[in-house]
Amino acid sequence: MTNPAPLNDNELESVMEINDRTRGLNYDENLLWEKEHNDTAGVDLVPIAGTKSRTGVAQRGNIGLPQVSEPEVVRHFVRLSTKNYSIDSGFFPLGSCTMKHNPRLNEKVARLPGLSMIHPLQPESTVQGAIKIMYELQNWLAELTNLPGICLTPAAGAHGELAGVMTIRRAHDAKGHTQKTIMLVPDSAHGTNPATAKMCGYDIRVIPTKETGRVTVEAFKEALYATDPKGDDIAGMMVTNPNTCGLFETDIADVVDLLHEAGGYFYCDGANFNALVGKIRPGDFGVDVMHINLHKTFSTPHGGGGPGSGPICVAETLRPYIPTPIVVKEGDKYRFERDGERETSCGRLKGYQGQFGMHVRALSYMLSHGADGLKQVSEDAVLNANYISAMLKDDYHAPFEGPCMHEALFTEKYQAEKGVTTLDVAKALIEYGMHPMTVYFPLVVNGAMLVEPTETEGKDELDRFINVMKKIAYDVRSGDTEKFHDYPQAAPVKRLDELKAAREPKLRWQSV
Amino acid sequence: MSNVKYTNDHEWIKVEGDTAAVGITTYARHALGDLVFLELPETGRQIKKGDDFAVVESVKAASEIYTPVSGEIVEINEALQDDLEGLKEDIDTGWIVKIKMNNAEEAASLMDKQAYDAFVAGLE
Amino acid sequence: MRYLPQTKAARKEMMDAIGIDHVDELFVQVPKKAFVDGKCDLPDHKGELEIERIMTSYANENNHAQQNRFFLGAGVYYHHIPASVDYIIQRSEFLTAYTPYQPEIAQGTLQYLFEFQTFIAQITGQEVANASLYDGATSMAEAALMAMRITKRSKVCLGNNIHPQYNEVLETYLRNNEGAESYEANESTDAVQDDTACVIIQSPDFFGKPHVYDAWRKICDEKGALLVVVINEIVSLGMLPPPADADIVCGEAQSIGVPMGFGGPHLGFFACRQKYIRQMPGRVCGETVDADGNRGFVLTLSTREQHIRREKATSNICTNQGLCALAFTVHMSLLGEDGFKQLATLNHEAACKLADAVESIKGVKLVNDTFFNEFAIELPEGNNANDVVQALADKNIIAGYPANENTILLTATEIVTDNGINALVEGFKEVLK
Repeated sequence: MTNPAPLNDNELESVMEINDRTRGLNYDENLLWEKEHNDTAGVDLVPIAGTKSRTGVAQRGNIGLPQVSEPEVVRHFVRLSTKNYSIDSGFFPLGSCTMKHNPRLNEKVARLPGLSMIHPLQPESTVQGAIKIMYELQNWLAELTNLPGICLTPAAGAHGELAGVMTIRRAHDAKGHTQKTIMLVPDSAHGTNPATAKMCGYDIRVIPTKETGRVTVEAFKEALYATDPKGDDIAGMMVTNPNTCGLFETDIADVVDLLHEAGGYFYCDGANFNALVGKIRPGDFGVDVMHINLHKTFSTPHGGGGPGSGPICVAETLRPYIPTPIVVKEGDKYRFERDGERETSCGRLKGYQGQFGMHVRALSYMLSHGADGLKQVSEDAVLNANYISAMLKDDYHAPFEGPCMHEALFTEKYQAEKGVTTLDVAKALIEYGMHPMTVYFPLVVNGAMLVEPTETEGKDELDRFINVMKKIAYDVRSGDTEKFHDYPQAAPVKRLDELKAAREPKLRWQSV
Repeated sequence: MSNVKYTNDHEWIKVEGDTAAVGITTYARHALGDLVFLELPETGRQIKKGDDFAVVESVKAASEIYTPVSGEIVEINEALQDDLEGLKEDIDTGWIVKIKMNNAEEAASLMDKQAYDAFVAGLE
Repeated sequence: MRYLPQTKAARKEMMDAIGIDHVDELFVQVPKKAFVDGKCDLPDHKGELEIERIMTSYANENNHAQQNRFFLGAGVYYHHIPASVDYIIQRSEFLTAYTPYQPEIAQGTLQYLFEFQTFIAQITGQEVANASLYDGATSMAEAALMAMRITKRSKVCLGNNIHPQYNEVLETYLRNNEGAESYEANESTDAVQDDTACVIIQSPDFFGKPHVYDAWRKICDEKGALLVVVINEIVSLGMLPPPADADIVCGEAQSIGVPMGFGGPHLGFFACRQKYIRQMPGRVCGETVDADGNRGFVLTLSTREQHIRREKATSNICTNQGLCALAFTVHMSLLGEDGFKQLATLNHEAACKLADAVESIKGVKLVNDTFFNEFAIELPEGNNANDVVQALADKNIIAGYPANENTILLTATEIVTDNGINALVEGFKEVLK
């Protein structure tokens, strides 16, 4: 209870605690469970009738959930939202993540009742339009990759990898190639690549790329023939192209020839497809299977980490083995494969037909850009990255020879000499109101900073980023480094104690 | 002659009879930074020289610990899981596992303290 | 080209700065044969109006839930979603944020993930939960893999009538694990072998029957196996006792806040005992303090994950279903303790009404006389479930799921009305032979 009397000295501190740390537009927001428990819920449901229960089991008692009114709920989440950085609020050069503009048109069409309020198990005659959208999307992906076999079900990039490697495994198993137990993965690969290969029962052999940032024919041969003179124990390779250093794999044509000669398949991680879309087709540089991140290249929102969508595209030879169900067209009717219709399939990977809501958004984006626009997308994405690379190469160490593709890689080398690390540079960017680049990835260089501007930034925004980066480099050069360790000061919270979080895991609210 | 030996993976090993206690050196401990977790193996497991048998985790890294000798894990130091600070180059208390060795010569061929110190000096 | 801010002049300036005359000079390392000759064989760009027309025409070919009497569930449920849910999740700061890698500028996402984890833990009666998985089917497969890691065993016992698609996904995930396989067994001591990693029970099961787990718990304890409980109608936990004794509880939470959306994106959830958290797949958010000692949240225990452990990670998962988890969290906040339970009761009452109504149809029998909001009915002899469902669909009644030859699963949520039930009964009477 607040006391009506004027404050005395003793009361001052407790009152300020009540008034929390909210200042200006910086809101202090507690957890839902810490709010006063309301008498009624934030929804008005019709009264219950009191029907005798037919569940056959006991009735549940108190759960301990919070209870607040609708205005409090809305305010709670709006306040939380103000603590987030997003692509709509500013430049988001997170390498490997393709944080491009997410058109609202996609959101609008995905919410049409005819697309959002349909059930995946409705009779197919009642959802022809939805299946047709998936069929259309399959066609667009097939044309853009020149890989004709498409499965839309994977729920995310990593799930697409799983689908792709399972497809490879299934193809080898079908041919009785059980001696193929090794998957080649460069050391610059995303961690999901080896993790996925392992989930499919493969052993991992690492191709070193530290010298040039690329898979060279020499290094590849050494890995391919290490245990068998013909590479007969190699199931395939998982290579991101353009790779995680932002470089196109220049030896890819020769590497793929050798791999195919040994009977292995080329899995291409599609994380960096934004550098190629509409201009270069992976099927034309030897890719056998590739996943496409609809949430990267095709602008479906990242949503704080999901939902994503990771369809796979495969060459004709692998088509019989992709996961089920795929969409087929018969006359003017569309349908999903029936159970057991394609016995060579590597199986079902997810409930129902995939992230349909993302399929709708991606198709809407593809139609918006068209063939001409998508080509401009990759050209602008690559141009933007090279511009940043050219403008910052004297301030930050660029470990590999260019030109780069759609992302520019730097390291902390020059700054580390003055005691400023990649993490410090990242936190300084936050101080200047920008989202940091990807840090400490790829692992093949020390203190990596991977910058991906995407095509949805204009020159003004790029120049602002370049200027901030130059200012940071200047401060470091002039020895003004003390402040870096305390950045960010202007964010909603200061640097967080990750050691404490990991040592004493507190993963949920609990009443004291 | 000391029965404590060292590896270039920064482990120490103390041999008593056919049993070896294995831990990590001060150099490794320093390189790992603040630890958050130690994953221990089960006793009874057979391991070969070069196998990883435990994992130490910091906030952003997980480092495997490799055995310098082959044999059976006969004892694990569970007390370390509650006191990660105790994981250090302390020959009496800082060991992670004890291994009943198959081949004592594997231990004999490792570095002694002097050689290890020189090895570490060369790294800096 | 409304999504491209670069101007011709800016492109020229930038090319000058780089020292090139044409953008193709940046693509010199790509093999010639990989270039598209001109443009891809696809239509050129279109404006918003044209695309809205195209997408609306696709949408109009579908017969959606609002145009129908709707009784279909089978793992995906048609519930009402309060207006604030969609308004909140469309805020730019949530919609267009990335995974919270930089916690200082992602506290909004991190705090709702922490609240989501708390909701899931409370509702399932478990100690901890992660920040979501893709969907119910994959969360069950991940639970089985986790049980195999913990017990170092390779067999999975399917203890009751589980969603067939969940079983198929499990099969796919197990196929490439040496020696791994699943088998079906009824509740008995023999059901669990020395190499059984876990028993999986779905509740309510695929036909809608709620289960208790005491007997299975005892058998698992005797044989050293884990007990995994799958829930695919999470609203049921507002009424049924929580699977607090299970080791892992996983499933689908689409019912709260997420539209049916033709099967995705949905919201997998995953909860377990605290002692198993290091074997848990996926992202998890934890509480900590910042440099000033103020509360904050971070992604934590990441050494389990693929970007650090690579091939030794607990899973290859790197995203969560962030936005769907937010929709769930907002909807749950609105419901609160009383609303959640009331919603559950309303579902059950609707199902009781539906059961009474269809039982009055000559020849129709309830397969399970205990249920939450879904149950199976057996059709009179001579009727094919697929044909009946199709015939009713032609009358704008989405009747249910043909589970086999003569069995249909019927679902009633809070959305079902008395008129709807009457229409369904009349429809059955017309189409049943």
